[in-house]
This record gives sequence, structure tokens and C-alpha cells, in this order.
Amino acid sequence: MSTTIRIQREDFDPQAEADALTRGRNDVGALTTFTGFCRHEAGALSALELEHYPGMAEKELQRIADEARARWPVQGITVLHRYGKIVPGERIVFVAVSGAHRGQAFAACEYIMDFLKTSAPFWKREHKVDGSSGDWVEAKDADDKALERWK
Amino acid sequence: MKAVYFAWVRERVGKSEEEIAPPAEVKSVADLLAWLKGRGEEYEHAFEAAKIIRVAIDQTHVKHDVLIEGAREIAFFPPMTGG
Repeated sequence: MSTTIRIQREDFDPQAEADALTRGRNDVGALTTFTGFCRHEAGALSALELEHYPGMAEKELQRIADEARARWPVQGITVLHRYGKIVPGERIVFVAVSGAHRGQAFAACEYIMDFLKTSAPFWKREHKVDGSSGDWVEAKDADDKALERWK
Repeated sequence: MKAVYFAWVRERVGKSEEEIAPPAEVKSVADLLAWLKGRGEEYEHAFEAAKIIRVAIDQTHVKHDVLIEGAREIAFFPPMTGG
């Protein structure tokens, strides 16, 4: 079954994306999805601006999905990531994995998100409610540490 | 080769891409970072903490000890914060 990678400015429909992995099939036993949102950071954030490296971002997400497939015999994988200006409450990222069993679907979904955070070329810049902007979000050690469990 | 810059590296350098022609003694990614840093005030600022800069050659992540020979496009950017 196929891998779908999309990087887009516009929003997406998680339910439609999830349904696309199971429609017309009777061999799917599990479907896991993850949706990441923009939060308001205690009311201080007015928007996030997401920059990406066109070409490499798609390539890197494909590579991460391929690595997940090499570890678990999953069926479908969908990875969507938005760029541009995103306000609190809006969706940023979506990962869905279908498989025969829940263990592989859960694991592959988490694996893809963990590697997406640290190796897909996207960067967030904050815009504040007070009108100031320009602060780039700093990478978190916790995201690097999250990779250790996959070694 | 084409150099491309993203996020705060792009802002500090003041451009998103440019053609660069480093001298022959610039062999590794680390050499290139040091050479770029010496190209003026804005580069000095962009590459002051060269160790934390991430680099991709032809859209694949590389470590700083990799040789740049044959690279067509080399990208410089901060640690990634997507997701």
C-alpha cells in the first residue's frame, strides 16, 4: 500500500485523509492518526509562520516514512505538513498509519513524528499578540532525546 | 555551487541563495563554514556558532566532516522545529 506525502499551505481534512487509508479495504485492522495544532502559548502567540526547504522537505518525509516501513509491516502511510502563517487552533501536521495490528500502527506513527520533528527541514517563527515578531522557535533537547528509544 | 539559507541563517546573511566559489583548499563542510564566516559582518553573525548550523548537500543531511566536492546545492539552516 502507498505512502502519501504532501506539503501545502492550505488546511487539510483529517477524517477524509484517514478514510482514504481504509476505504474499500478489508485487511486493515488498525488505523492511528496524529494531528498537531498551533497553540496560543498562554495567550501570547498570535500566529506561527512556518518556513520549509521545498524539495528537501518532501524528500526527507518520504525517507522517514520509508524507514518506518522498513521497521514495521504497515499498510498505508500519510504525512501532511503545512507551511505559511498558521494561527492558534489551526492544524499544522498530520500523520496516519494503517496496519493489520495496532502495535505497528501506533509505533510507526510515533516514529514518523519523532523523526519529522528533528530532521524534516521546517522552521517556526513566532508572531506575538502584542504585534512583535521575529523570534524563531528554538529546537528542544527533548525532541532529540525522543529519538533514543528508536535506537 | 549554489548556497541556500533558511530561517535565521537566511535573515542574518540577508539573502536566501547565491552562487559561491570557495577556493580549492576548502574541502569539507567545516572548511566551508569557516570560509563563509570570513566573508563579512553578516556572515560572521550567521555562522558565529558554526557547530549548531545544520547542512544539507543536494537536499540530504550531512555532517560537518563530509567533503563538499561535487556538491551542486549546499544548504545551511538552524536545527529544525517543524511538526
